[in-house]
Amino acid sequence: MFEQVIGTRSKKVCNIVEKGAVKKFAEAIGDPHPIYLDENYAEKTRYKKNIAPPTFPRVFEYGTIPGLELPKAGLIHGEQHYEYRRPLFVGEVLYCYSEVENYYEKQGSQGNLGFLVIKSVGEDELGNEVFTSKQVVVITDAVRKEIAK
Amino acid sequence: MTNLAKLQPGDTLAEVQLAPVSRLDLIKYAGASGDYNPIHTIDAEAEKAGLPGIIAHGMWTMGNLSKLFTPYHEEGFIEQFSTRFSGMVFLNDVITLKAELTEKEAGCALFDVIAEKQDGTRVIKGKVKFNLYEDNE
Repeated sequence: MFEQVIGTRSKKVCNIVEKGAVKKFAEAIGDPHPIYLDENYAEKTRYKKNIAPPTFPRVFEYGTIPGLELPKAGLIHGEQHYEYRRPLFVGEVLYCYSEVENYYEKQGSQGNLGFLVIKSVGEDELGNEVFTSKQVVVITDAVRKEIAK
Repeated sequence: MTNLAKLQPGDTLAEVQLAPVSRLDLIKYAGASGDYNPIHTIDAEAEKAGLPGIIAHGMWTMGNLSKLFTPYHEEGFIEQFSTRFSGMVFLNDVITLKAELTEKEAGCALFDVIAEKQDGTRVIKGKVKFNLYEDNE
């Protein structure tokens, strides 16, 4: 069903790790630590500047993957993986894109389940990967029938 | 605070118990993350999707889980963070976040992390690879 879009990726989108967005995000996950929010505190740490929480890449824009049309409802977030070369710094610019890494189906107790694996990458201005993430979206039989209509 | 680098397999980080999940928690996360899927905030939409009520964003719980490691930012950083969402979180659920060191390797510590509900159901099972800075070991 999504086999034909495996390997397709979006165009890179320029994102800024915005101070205000980091504050809002840190507060929303109940982690208003000064390493994320307070510049004076951060200056005295090894980083010298504020960093962003590990799951902050959820906020970034990754562009649209051509040909990938997902329903707005009925998707299940099954798994999430992140890998980082270093923490993200407040104020830095990251170029982000997403790619359909895989799609497969498995027989479940309530019909066939589809598993869509979407990989996302954030690169610095020199093109070095700073983080990658992998999201596994589970698509139930009912939702797949809806898409196929 | 304990030095993370000194922990041994079987040792745990300080557990965190969250306040009962409120609608405002999820509205805040929707706004902060940009994930406005209405099954997380609007009852009627959750019911339309066959759910008994609104459910927390899996990423909200995962985000909360990461804060067990925030106090150790001078010692290292999370290099890998993997989770499987194994259960749904509803309003008023009380979530407890836990991390246990399972293995130490050169320059890093591996943890099993979980988020569980008041009845013991695990809603997240995951792993964290914490990279320890050399000058801290």
